[in-house]
Amino acid sequence: MNLLILLIAPLVTALAILPVKGLKQVRAIALAGSLLQLGLTFATLMSFLSERSSGKTNEFLLEQNFAWYRDLNINFHLGVDGISIAMMLLTAFVVVAGVLVSWKMEKMSKEFFFLLIFLSMGAYGFFMALDLFTLFFFLEVAVIPKFLLIGIWGSGKKEYSAMKLALMLMAGSALVLVGLTGLYFYSDFHGTRTFDIVEISSRNIPLGVQQILFPFTFIGFGIFTALFPFHTWVPDGHSSAPTAASMFLAGISMKLGGYGCLRVATWLMPQAAQEYSTIIIVLASIGILYGAFATMMQTDLKYINAYSSVSHTSFVILGIAMLTKTAINGAVLQMISHGLMTALFFAVIGMIYERTHTREVAKLGGLLKVMPFISTVFVIAGLCSLGLPGFSGFVAEMTVFMGSWERIGLLYRIATIAGAASIVVTAVYILRATGKSIMGPVANQEFNGFSDAAWNEKLAAIVLVAGILIMGLAPFLLKDLINPGTEEIMQKIVSSIK
Amino acid sequence: MNEFFILMKQELVITLIIFILLFIKLSSKQWSNEKVLVLINVLLLLNLAAGFLFPDTGDLFGDMYRTNPLMAFEKNILNLGTLLISLQSYNWLKTHKHVPEFYMLLLSTLLGMFFMISSRHMLMFYLALELSTIPLAAMANFDLEKRRSSEAAFKMIISSAFASGLLLFGISLLYGATGALSFSALGETLRQYSPLHILGFIFVLSGFGFKISAVPFHLWTADVYEGAPVAVTSYLSVISKGAILFVFVTVLSTVFSVYGSSWYFMLYFLSVLTMIIGNLFAIRQQNMKRFLAFSSIAQVGFILIGITGQSLEGNVSVVYFVLVYIFSNLAAFGVISLISAVTGKETIDDYKGLYKTNPLLTWVLALALFSLAGIPPTAGFFGKFFLLLAGAGQGNYILIAIAALNMVISLYYYLRVVKAMFMDPNDHPIETIQADWKPKLALAICVIGLLITGLASGAYQYIYSLFVLN
Repeated sequence: MNLLILLIAPLVTALAILPVKGLKQVRAIALAGSLLQLGLTFATLMSFLSERSSGKTNEFLLEQNFAWYRDLNINFHLGVDGISIAMMLLTAFVVVAGVLVSWKMEKMSKEFFFLLIFLSMGAYGFFMALDLFTLFFFLEVAVIPKFLLIGIWGSGKKEYSAMKLALMLMAGSALVLVGLTGLYFYSDFHGTRTFDIVEISSRNIPLGVQQILFPFTFIGFGIFTALFPFHTWVPDGHSSAPTAASMFLAGISMKLGGYGCLRVATWLMPQAAQEYSTIIIVLASIGILYGAFATMMQTDLKYINAYSSVSHTSFVILGIAMLTKTAINGAVLQMISHGLMTALFFAVIGMIYERTHTREVAKLGGLLKVMPFISTVFVIAGLCSLGLPGFSGFVAEMTVFMGSWERIGLLYRIATIAGAASIVVTAVYILRATGKSIMGPVANQEFNGFSDAAWNEKLAAIVLVAGILIMGLAPFLLKDLINPGTEEIMQKIVSSIK
Repeated sequence: MNEFFILMKQELVITLIIFILLFIKLSSKQWSNEKVLVLINVLLLLNLAAGFLFPDTGDLFGDMYRTNPLMAFEKNILNLGTLLISLQSYNWLKTHKHVPEFYMLLLSTLLGMFFMISSRHMLMFYLALELSTIPLAAMANFDLEKRRSSEAAFKMIISSAFASGLLLFGISLLYGATGALSFSALGETLRQYSPLHILGFIFVLSGFGFKISAVPFHLWTADVYEGAPVAVTSYLSVISKGAILFVFVTVLSTVFSVYGSSWYFMLYFLSVLTMIIGNLFAIRQQNMKRFLAFSSIAQVGFILIGITGQSLEGNVSVVYFVLVYIFSNLAAFGVISLISAVTGKETIDDYKGLYKTNPLLTWVLALALFSLAGIPPTAGFFGKFFLLLAGAGQGNYILIAIAALNMVISLYYYLRVVKAMFMDPNDHPIETIQADWKPKLALAICVIGLLITGLASGAYQYIYSLFVLN
């Protein structure tokens, strides 16, 4: 299985959309393309597992390495470990669901699906990249499609949100850029300078340099994943975006940041990660609590989910900053879980909004009687969000808490307890929103005429719910996949302490 | 004699074309504009092709003139840009009364730039610089009916004269201190710091600063860009600036290489100022040409970072960035010039809703702006990344962080235009533009260029190998 196919397939799909005319043809190509991506990701998973079981011990398998800018020693280097495959699976699921949800996108449908598929290519490239330049390239590729998706197809104050999101994410990449150039020049002390991640991880960057570069890199990626206080783009961006773009933003785009924090910042600069971990833990704890309490005050369903995303992704940062194996495993699991769950949430909210034309909790009510399927899915997403056992959220958050409990010290204890306490708050706002909008009497007589989910919407929901349930009921599948990857990262961290 | 023809072939071809134009102008037969334009574009194409033949290294006129494959390539970059501008301004020139004169002036300045790139002697350099600037002022006046155009020409000539004065004063101080004028002799003599040397250097630097419109020497730029015809504006912002930058790199690395540590800080401050001021002023602009004027000032700030790198990679990235910049900026100016030639509209508000009526043009302009902002997969991303990488070689991460944050500011104003084109509603959008195939071809070349030169590393590696050869 050649990893390049995973980049070529989305690119060809996106280009194939351009010449055709008519919504039906465009969406058919987009769906076929996204299903192809899903199939290819599974094929990658299979060949990865078979290579690993055949005894290959390399951290990264299925590597593809091409010289790109030879004089600067920049390579187009791809390769996957368990963590990146898990992230790619998440991407594939969300993209399929996103295409299905946008089935009736009448306005400039061609451009819409083009940008959506193009975004997915950026995400695959980012997760597969083993060269910092390649990684950065794919990180930035995604900025403009997001801007256009929100600005053209969004709702509410869309131009403002689109601009805010683009600028904040660009600021994030700008900070990352400083970190990357620094790593390049300090990878130098035996032999040539390099951007290769594996190569840099085997060379020890001097501590003084790490102390300068780590904040740049971590905060840069942190902006992508809503690190407090740089989370302000999240509520506006997510709630203004069209449904599929919200799903992509919250489901995948925020995970780019988490993955970068782990793979680049923490893995390549482990000593600095140790030194700065207390600050990051404090920020993450604030993010968790602040996100949860801010959600309590929201009345718009999309804002509820957007603010709760801030709270949930802060668990990712908390897990990474705890620097224990279990916690990092938990962080990765939380990325996947939150990606699926939040994509499902946004999909359902989109379906409700399409029918009722409102997202205000107060104006909704009794939806269960009118649209039972959509309401059920809404409840499932809600239960997953508040961490009910049996769903993915429980597995992920539990693992983060167990991992962070392993760290001994007052601060870590307080952070863990604060995180755990936030779940109670989560339960409050989820149950309240569910109770008001789904249960009870039908709020508006107009609602009675509304239809339940169409086949495409059902399929989108089923894909995501299946992901959530598999992860929730058989967490060992995913954990076995990502465990060798986190072990490698842990080894580097442990050896750097000595 | 044979050597003379081979080494100076690029200059000679340009001279030949100028004479052909003169002949056309003076001949008794009246040529129609369209015929002249077709002929000129074919000649420019041949000129570009001829530039790639027989690259050779050698000196002429007692070390006053030097050429090598790198310089030949730099001249070819300028040739390419000139051809693109000529194709793009087809719609504007078609109805103009003085087409042969326009091209005579244009090619004279190009000739001046060629000599400037090849010069190895301060006098030669100064002569070439004047040859390249004075016709430019005449060109800025080429919208003969518009007052703004003459105003631009006047501002241009005054500020150029002032800059040349500064430069000349610097050169004379250096001559007084060292008794040498050729680059190699100056480079050998300027070994230690003496006040006179430094003073001379500062004047020379200021002269260059004017020409590349680095802050605080930028004040002429916006007015001239706004008033001049679009073709001249794009020529000023791309070709003329590119040529000066090539020479700037040569002069700094041959004549003033010893002072590296001191001009590092001068360029550092110039670059920070240029980026910040250029960006902040660009945010407020309404006129597209003024907007691109300030954006091009900010771009110069980025280029200066590459020069501060003082390394092989730094110099390569400067030449590479100029190539990329030609594609990006000419794509942007191409669209603006088409719209301005057909409708006369030039403000950002006019561009609202452009996507509804001209989707392809909108995408071209959007891609060009993304490239200027440094967003992948366009070549601008690679250009900026390599400039910053070269700058980071000095270990000054504050500079890199300032530059990176400036990229965020610049993204804001580039996206403002994108937002206007794609998202803002407009009751009276610009009508669908019917263009000749020539400007379209030029735009297509630009778009292909700004997509290919980055994703494929060929151009960069070619420039790198030329520098190694040098």
